[in-house]
Amino acid sequence: MEKDAVTGTATTGHEWDGLKELNTPLPRWWLYTFYVTIVFAVVWVALYPALPIWGATGITGWTARGALPAEMERARAANAPIMARINAATLPEIMADPAMRAHAMAGGRAAFAANCTGCHGAGGQGAPGGFPNLADDDWIWGGSLAAIHETIAAGIRNDENPDARNSLMPRFVADGLLTPAEAGDVTEFVLSLTRRATNTAAAERGATLFETNCASCHGDRGEGNRDVGAPRLNDAIWLYGGDRAAIMRSVALGRGGVMPPWSGRLDPAVIKMLAVYIHALGGGEAE
Amino acid sequence: MAIDSATAQPPPTYVEDAIRAFTIATMFWGCVGFLMGVVIALQLAFPLLNLDLEWTTFGRLRPVHTSAVIFAFGGNALLTTSLYIVQRTCRARLFGGDDMAWFLFWGYQFFIVMAALGYVLGVTQGKEYAEPEWYVDLWLTLVWVLYLVAFGGTLVKREEPHIYVANWFFLAFIITVAILHIGNNLALPVSFGHSRSYGVASGVQDAMIQWWYGHNAVGFFLTAGFLGIMYYLIPKQADRPVYSYRLSIVHFWALIFLYIWAGPHHLHYTALPDWAQTLGMVFSIMLWMPSWGGMINGLMTLSGAWDKLRTDPALRFSVAAVGFYGMSTFEGPVMSIKAVNALSHYTDWTIGHVHSGAMGWVGFITFGAVYFLVPRLWNRPAMYSTRLISWHFWIATLGIVLYITAMWVSGIMQGLMWRATDEFGFLQFSFVETVAAMHPYYVIRALGGIMYLSGALIMAYNMWRTIRGEVEPARASAIPARTVAAE
Repeated sequence: MEKDAVTGTATTGHEWDGLKELNTPLPRWWLYTFYVTIVFAVVWVALYPALPIWGATGITGWTARGALPAEMERARAANAPIMARINAATLPEIMADPAMRAHAMAGGRAAFAANCTGCHGAGGQGAPGGFPNLADDDWIWGGSLAAIHETIAAGIRNDENPDARNSLMPRFVADGLLTPAEAGDVTEFVLSLTRRATNTAAAERGATLFETNCASCHGDRGEGNRDVGAPRLNDAIWLYGGDRAAIMRSVALGRGGVMPPWSGRLDPAVIKMLAVYIHALGGGEAE
Repeated sequence: MAIDSATAQPPPTYVEDAIRAFTIATMFWGCVGFLMGVVIALQLAFPLLNLDLEWTTFGRLRPVHTSAVIFAFGGNALLTTSLYIVQRTCRARLFGGDDMAWFLFWGYQFFIVMAALGYVLGVTQGKEYAEPEWYVDLWLTLVWVLYLVAFGGTLVKREEPHIYVANWFFLAFIITVAILHIGNNLALPVSFGHSRSYGVASGVQDAMIQWWYGHNAVGFFLTAGFLGIMYYLIPKQADRPVYSYRLSIVHFWALIFLYIWAGPHHLHYTALPDWAQTLGMVFSIMLWMPSWGGMINGLMTLSGAWDKLRTDPALRFSVAAVGFYGMSTFEGPVMSIKAVNALSHYTDWTIGHVHSGAMGWVGFITFGAVYFLVPRLWNRPAMYSTRLISWHFWIATLGIVLYITAMWVSGIMQGLMWRATDEFGFLQFSFVETVAAMHPYYVIRALGGIMYLSGALIMAYNMWRTIRGEVEPARASAIPARTVAAE
């Protein structure tokens, strides 16, 4: 056989397009590492389920179906005492007890991240288009612990919960309650509440219309009414936008944001924890 | 031409026209695929770039990118090299001759265009890396079977007593990809006039068949096929014999036997039964050394020729490719371990892993092969510019490093954030917080992709000048004529 001058190893004697091959033996470290991985595989197959037979497990008896409930139960058991206390306690009792309150803050944060961030944002900052900011003190349905708890539990304008918070902003133009021109006047008046009106005559006409059509819910000076979830109109915070076009659209076509009820979806203790967490986001009010 | 051949008899005239076309197609689709990658990377960092048009959303362009780089760039590279190599290592003209080669060329390009059109227009069967619908699948089956006939026919009529190792890998690649393609695409069309079809399998069986296909698309398309290139290219570039014939046999058979079982590691912690997950994991771990056999043979073939790395930047591509191959074939078994997978699954770590293999191994070995083939196919003394090959190498290497390190950091951070809990066991982060945290890494990844694309454009320019028969003026005298190199 031909020997390679550089390595001194014999070639196999074959040649293709000028290419040759050395007859070097398998590198020992390569071969032994390969054997080790095979031994590992055999051991692993003995320890863990590896046969396509129903119910067959390895020596350890481990199965994914078995491991999950065990892990869930371990986590549940670790928190069971404090969760039982939260379950039995009223909201003021939770606030008064440092251990319950700390747990509620942590659990509420996690529950918020999993259930609420989609609409209200990761920090409760809300989103344009009717998703209110929960981190400020501008509340539509009330900012006390009890009010927040009720809003979460029953939800808003849904068919699932009979106690859902409910109210209806009429579709003033669409339903013929106001003419488009009158709606424009009302819009001008609403803008005047935050000193943005440009047409004084229209705003004055709008003031009369506002008193008959809007004041019963939004208040004489647009201060809002939490009993019926009518937002304040005399501040700079707007749920659906505060420019002329957005206000006009609200007057003409109405608005009615929806939130699902969370009682039945979440554990009662989790809803309490959410109330505690949201209350502490920045705008929580006293009872 | 076959200038490098030291064979006694004059070689037959080889089929080359279509192979030249395949080479150009490789470069063209490479640039298209890398560009699409840059576009979708930027879309992930800046969602506004989805343009709010259905045809340009991430969901439609992502398969355009994956198919363009795997099947258009990688596939054309494999057709180019396998048809070039099989003729020379068999000392036989391609079975079916020029007509066969041209049919394969136009048939394969037609497949690519039909697939891409479907993706953009929303025609997809929703299987990753197997998105084309039934009519495109049927066409590809025809082209692929003829590819097997051409390749196998050439092996049968070979003038050499033995089959060279590169051809074992090519043959394994062609046969297995045919089986995978047919197995995963078994479907019933709604009607012959309708693009939609329904797969014969459903639920977890469908998922298992999909990842049997998906994993072995990596194993046989992107690994075995490109190892075939490596086994011809590196001994040629280094002008050295293959390090170990025995290793090539043992790692070849071990690789093709073990790879086909490893697919279930893509379905860890899913509805797939435990036993299949266990087998997927242990076969992946056993795959480590068989994969590294190719790396050892590639790198050790350079014994006595390492100095060539200083003067031949095209060889640098091939050697770096083997390095990336070794890295990702170690990372793969590690990620298949269930405890590791619990962290890495569904994160960007997977994306980083795929791209160290795709950009580092598949891309670089292809660049090395094209730099090797272009002067030979067009009968030029050398590439237009060696300097530009060096530029391409360093820009692309830095691009890969940026890409994969960004994805490691982003992916591991993402996995850790998903599982982070406080002292009470409550999860610490919402999903959207993990998305926000990944933003800077998405920007870095896009930058890496832009660099990789820039390198490929430099290569395309260099290739164009070479084909036109030019030599960079300043360097003309410094380039040793290739034809002088004695075997």
